[in-house]
Amino acid sequence: MPLVRAVTCPVCGCLCDDIELTVEKKEIVKVKNGCAMCESKFLGYNGEHRLVKPLMSKDGELVEVTFEEAVEKAAQILVNASYPVLYGWSSTSCEAIRAGLELAEEVGGVIDNTSTVCHGPSELSIQDVGIATCTLGQIRHRADLIIYWGSNPWSSHPRHIERYTAFSEGRFEKSKWCGYITKVKASVAKKKFQSAIRRVIVEERSSLPPPPQRDPSEVLSKTGRKLVVFDVRRTRTADIADYFVQVEPNKDYELLQVLRALVRDEDIDVDEVAGVSVKHLEEIVDAMVSCEFGILFFGLGLTMSKGKMRNINAALSLARDLNMRTKFMIMPMRGHFNVTGADTVFTWQTGYPYAVDFSTGYPRYNPGETSIVDVLMRKESDAALVIASDPVASLPGKAVEHLVQNPLIVIDPHMNATSQMADVIIPSACVGIEASGTAYRMDHVPLPLKKVVNPPKGVRSDEETLRRILSEVRKLKKKQEAEAS
Amino acid sequence: MEKPKLQVTLLTGRTIEQGVGKEQGKASKEYAESASVCFIDLEDLKKLGIEEKTNVLVSTTYGSVILRALKSPQAPHPRIIFIPYGPWANAIVDPETDSVGMPSLKGIPAEIEPADDKPLLSLKELLKTMFKKE
Repeated sequence: MPLVRAVTCPVCGCLCDDIELTVEKKEIVKVKNGCAMCESKFLGYNGEHRLVKPLMSKDGELVEVTFEEAVEKAAQILVNASYPVLYGWSSTSCEAIRAGLELAEEVGGVIDNTSTVCHGPSELSIQDVGIATCTLGQIRHRADLIIYWGSNPWSSHPRHIERYTAFSEGRFEKSKWCGYITKVKASVAKKKFQSAIRRVIVEERSSLPPPPQRDPSEVLSKTGRKLVVFDVRRTRTADIADYFVQVEPNKDYELLQVLRALVRDEDIDVDEVAGVSVKHLEEIVDAMVSCEFGILFFGLGLTMSKGKMRNINAALSLARDLNMRTKFMIMPMRGHFNVTGADTVFTWQTGYPYAVDFSTGYPRYNPGETSIVDVLMRKESDAALVIASDPVASLPGKAVEHLVQNPLIVIDPHMNATSQMADVIIPSACVGIEASGTAYRMDHVPLPLKKVVNPPKGVRSDEETLRRILSEVRKLKKKQEAEAS
Repeated sequence: MEKPKLQVTLLTGRTIEQGVGKEQGKASKEYAESASVCFIDLEDLKKLGIEEKTNVLVSTTYGSVILRALKSPQAPHPRIIFIPYGPWANAIVDPETDSVGMPSLKGIPAEIEPADDKPLLSLKELLKTMFKKE
């Protein structure tokens, strides 16, 4: 059985490139080294929900058509639209994204990627403040203080902690696996003990009381790697952390600014901020200032809650302030496997990372106006092309209402929520499994995506499909120009 | 008798089950089961007078949706409910972008009440109810 080594996983922004796949009779039958989501993708990508034939809506029903018919219809929709949106891009290759940008320019629409509903505010803040960052390799080998803020990598990036942070074995910093195992054993024993007591005294089962708030100095003064989590609720990542700080919802901004003040040795004239004791915050800041290499990973807990880009401004500024005292880096936890690539290619080609409007003939960027949710909420678009994304499942329902009222083209390997509402569906090869390409890891390191098996007969890659639509659009426009003259 | 209601703060986010479910396929049973749930603090379940796995109605200014109540494994977090990302959560989130393009998907004021007499909609039914194509 052929074993394909060093495969890059096309699921999350970690882009783990140590996956081993066993291929039997042209199918992937075994996945080694992957997380639960990785296994689910490699073993389930070709399941019942797989699209293999182009479909078009006729009298409210989706019927099979040829690839050429679907491409022609898609091109007609885009050419006839005056303000189409081209959305998605974060789960495809950089090569396809490049073709998509060319198409957006040709049809004069708005092109936006899923950053708009994940780290769009982070992009805006990075443009405002700047970012002190590094690669994940540097963190693996050198970081002795790791902070996750508003991020739960245990669920969203399951191998992030193991490959790059607290549980990774670095050249200068050791893995914290052993400490974690001891902690889990102690926690299991405690739960068994509590359960036994409950059985003896027949006490009604209730929530376990919150763990007593320990003094941060107890755990943060120890030597070796330390993991601190800031979040509005106790997550699985918080469970494994050395110290967890529970922040009141929508109060991250205040907390970040107080940490900045403490880093600058300013006095705080309150006892508590965002539900956290200032005394504890002082001890956390001591740990931040005294670390040799700190890293703050932030997630959607900051970008999606009150304050949005202002939260990120404060986080980036905190990292900047900390660099006056020690070495401290900061990095957004990017979600989709090539959302960083989408931002990067958008920036090469247009100068802007997302929400780019070509309707005036040149790229214009004004998130809040040219971003997809705003365009849809103002009901301005009159057609849409969605690729490698599922906005019907990921955008607010109020915005989706307008998206589905207009002609909708979907290019995707699977029948997802958006495909179910589409007028034209063009199946595509799964990038990183059936098509090769390039993707950018969350730290901006480009990695190759492998083609491991062939796509179903007649199914093309995203890049090829987009190039065919682009060619058809150019042909139609030429024809219209000739008729007009 | 009037059903008890609770004013809560709604958070949306990723769970590993929803992550695995989405890779299984959006039309899969795993995805529907992982995304049409609402994690509630045990004390709040008691205040609502319901057991876990009962249907609840979660409403915000932007809409309402029926979800299956589950006891939160990450409790205690009184008056905070958590719904995994997906079309069920998106039926009730705040589309306001505050001029930065990003809708408000976390920290939304919401109301929750028992709805054991109302059915949980499948993805297809939910899309049909929410988005009737004209």
